[in-house]
Amino acid sequence: MESYALLFAATLNAGTVLAIAALGLLINEKSGIVNLGAEGMMLCAAIAGFATVVHTGNDWLGFAAGMGAGALLAGAFGVLVIWLNTNQYATGLALSLFGAGFSAFAGINYVREKLPERPHFSVPFLGDIPLIGPALFRQHPMVYLTMALVIGLIWFLYRSRAGLVLRSVGESPESAHALGYPVRRIRLAAVMVGGALCGLAGAYISVIYTPLWVEGMVSGKGWIALALTTFATWRPARVLLGAYLFGGVTMLQFHLQGIGVQVPSQFLTMLPYLATIVVLALISRNPAWIRINMPASLGKPFYPGS
Amino acid sequence: MFKLEARPQPSKFWSMGSPLLALAITVVIGMVLFAALGKDPAKGLAIFFWEPIKTPYALGELMVKATPLLVIALGLAVCFRSNVWNIGAEGQFVIGAVFAGGVALLADKTTDGWIVIAILLAGIFGGMVWAGLTALLRDKFNANEILVSLMLVYVADMVLSYLVYGPWKDPAGYNFPQSKTFEAITQIPRLMQGSRVSIGLLIALLGALGLWVFLFRTRAGFAQQVGGLAPAAARYAGFSSRRALWTALLVSGGAAGLAGALEVAGPIGQLTPYVPAGYGFAAIIVAFVGRLHPVGMVFSAVLMSMFYIGGELAQSRLGLPKSLTGVFQGLLLFTLLACDTLIAYRLRFTSPLAVKGAP
Repeated sequence: MESYALLFAATLNAGTVLAIAALGLLINEKSGIVNLGAEGMMLCAAIAGFATVVHTGNDWLGFAAGMGAGALLAGAFGVLVIWLNTNQYATGLALSLFGAGFSAFAGINYVREKLPERPHFSVPFLGDIPLIGPALFRQHPMVYLTMALVIGLIWFLYRSRAGLVLRSVGESPESAHALGYPVRRIRLAAVMVGGALCGLAGAYISVIYTPLWVEGMVSGKGWIALALTTFATWRPARVLLGAYLFGGVTMLQFHLQGIGVQVPSQFLTMLPYLATIVVLALISRNPAWIRINMPASLGKPFYPGS
Repeated sequence: MFKLEARPQPSKFWSMGSPLLALAITVVIGMVLFAALGKDPAKGLAIFFWEPIKTPYALGELMVKATPLLVIALGLAVCFRSNVWNIGAEGQFVIGAVFAGGVALLADKTTDGWIVIAILLAGIFGGMVWAGLTALLRDKFNANEILVSLMLVYVADMVLSYLVYGPWKDPAGYNFPQSKTFEAITQIPRLMQGSRVSIGLLIALLGALGLWVFLFRTRAGFAQQVGGLAPAAARYAGFSSRRALWTALLVSGGAAGLAGALEVAGPIGQLTPYVPAGYGFAAIIVAFVGRLHPVGMVFSAVLMSMFYIGGELAQSRLGLPKSLTGVFQGLLLFTLLACDTLIAYRLRFTSPLAVKGAP
C-alpha cells in the first residue's frame, strides 16, 4: 500500500511539470497564437534555472531565472510572429531547434555539476497521516501552487474582464481591434506569459523533478504539453486532469519495472509518447468537437490594416 | 519607428535575397558570439566557411554530411509545399536505418553485391511505414501531423535502442549497445578512392532533378502544391487532399528512410544508439533556407553541412562545444523567417513626429 501512495505522489509531481507548461500554452493559445517552441523554451529555462541554483543555492531564484528565460524567448517569437507576420508553425519550430542547440551549448560546463541537498517538504500534521500524508501532503509547494494557478486561471478567463478581452482577441482579432483593444500587444503579453510558465516548468524539471542537467532532458514534455491543450479542449481544469493522467503514464513505467514486469525498458519509455498519439487520435476523431472549442483565430495571422 | 506595407506582388528579389541576408546576419551574430567567448572571430569564420572547402578531402567530408541532409530535405519540400507539416523526419530516418540495418545484418561471406539495392529499398520502405503511421492518423482520425510525427521520433529512438541493447546486440561486442559491424559487401559503393563520398551523393542530385521535374513539369506535382497554396481552389479543381497528404508523407518518409539507409550502410557501418544525429531536424532548416526549391536546397544542404563540420572543428581547434552547430542552425532559421517578411512586405520607416501629427 505504501508503494501506491508514493506512486500517487510521484504522479502528481510528474503531472505538475506538464500542467505548468500546458497552462502557459493555454493562455498563449487563447490569444490565437500557437507556439511550437515550448520544448526549446523549456530546455533553455531548464539550464538557466539549474545554473542559477548551482551558483546561488536558491531554488526560487532558479525558478525566476527559468521564467525569465522562457519569457525572453517567447518575446522574440512573439515579435516575429505578431509584428513581422512570420508563419507561426515555422517560427515555433525554429525556437525549438534553437533552444535545443543553445541549451546544449550553454549547459556544457554544467553536465557534472550537482545541486545542494534537495529540500523535503511536508504539510504540518497532514503530512503525518499514514498513506494520505505521503500520497498528498509531502509535495513540493509548486504542486499546490499549480492547483491554485488552475483555479486562478479559470477565474481570470471566465470571470474577469481582462480574461474576456483575451478570449475575444483569440476568437476574433478583427472585432477586438475594431473595439479599440491593442490586439498585438495583448497577444505579445499572452505569448510571454505562456513562455514564462513554460520556463517555470523547464526550471522545475532541472531543479526539482530530476535535479541535474543533461542535454535534451526535457525529452518531449514541451510537445506533450502542446498536445495536452488540445486534449483538454482549451479548458484549464481538464488540462490539470490530463496532465495528472500523463504523469501517471510516465510513472507507470517505473512502477512496472519496480514490480518486476518483464518488458524491455524501452517499451515502457515509449508509453507517454504512444499515449499522446492515441489520445490525440481519439480526441481529434470528431473535428466538430475540436472546432467548437478551439479559439477561432488559432494559428491565423492578424495584421491590422492589411 | 517602422511599419510594414503589403507589396502588390511578392518580391522576387527578396525571395532569393532573404536567405543570403539571413546568413549574413547569422554570421555577424556568430562573430559577436566568438568575440564574447574570447576567440578570434576571423578564425571562427575561417573554421566554418574556409576549412570545410580547403582540401579535396575536406570537400569530400562536406559532401558526406550534405548528402543525407539533401535527401531528407527534398522529401520535406514536397510536404511543406503541400502544407503538410511533417517534422518527424528524424524518426523516419531512424526507422529507415533500422530496416536497412536489418537487411545488412543478414549478409554473410557469400552475399552478392546486389544486397546494397535491398538495403536501400528496405530503408525507403522503413521510412514510408513510419511516415505512413502519421498519414493514417491524420487521414482517419484527423490527428495533428506535427505532434504525431514528432512523438514518433521518440518512439523510433526507443525502437532502435531496444534492438541494439537487445536482440541485435553484437555478442562479441564487449556488451556495448551496438550491432555487429556490417559485412564489407553491404557498404554503399564509393565514388572514388581516398574519400568517403558514396553513390549517395549521385542519388541525392538525381533526386533533386527528379523533384524539379515532379514539382514544375508534371500535373501530379502541380495538383500536389495547389492544396498547399489554396485549399479551396484545389477542392474546386477536384484535386484530392487525401491523396496529397499520403503522397507528401510517403515521399518524405521514403526520402528520410533512404537517407537513414545511406548513413547506416555508409559512414556508420553498424547500428548504434548514435545513429540519430539530428539530420532529420536540420533538414527542415535546409528545406526552408533552400526555398523548398531543388536547386536552392542543394546549396543550403552544403551550407548546413558546413555548420556541422565547423562545429566539430570549433570543438577540436578552439575548444568550444560542438553544440555550437545547433545554435547557428537555429539562428539561421530564425533570421530567415524574419527576413522573409521582406518578400511580402515593404519596410517603411516613419518618423515618430509624422505619426503623431497624422489626423
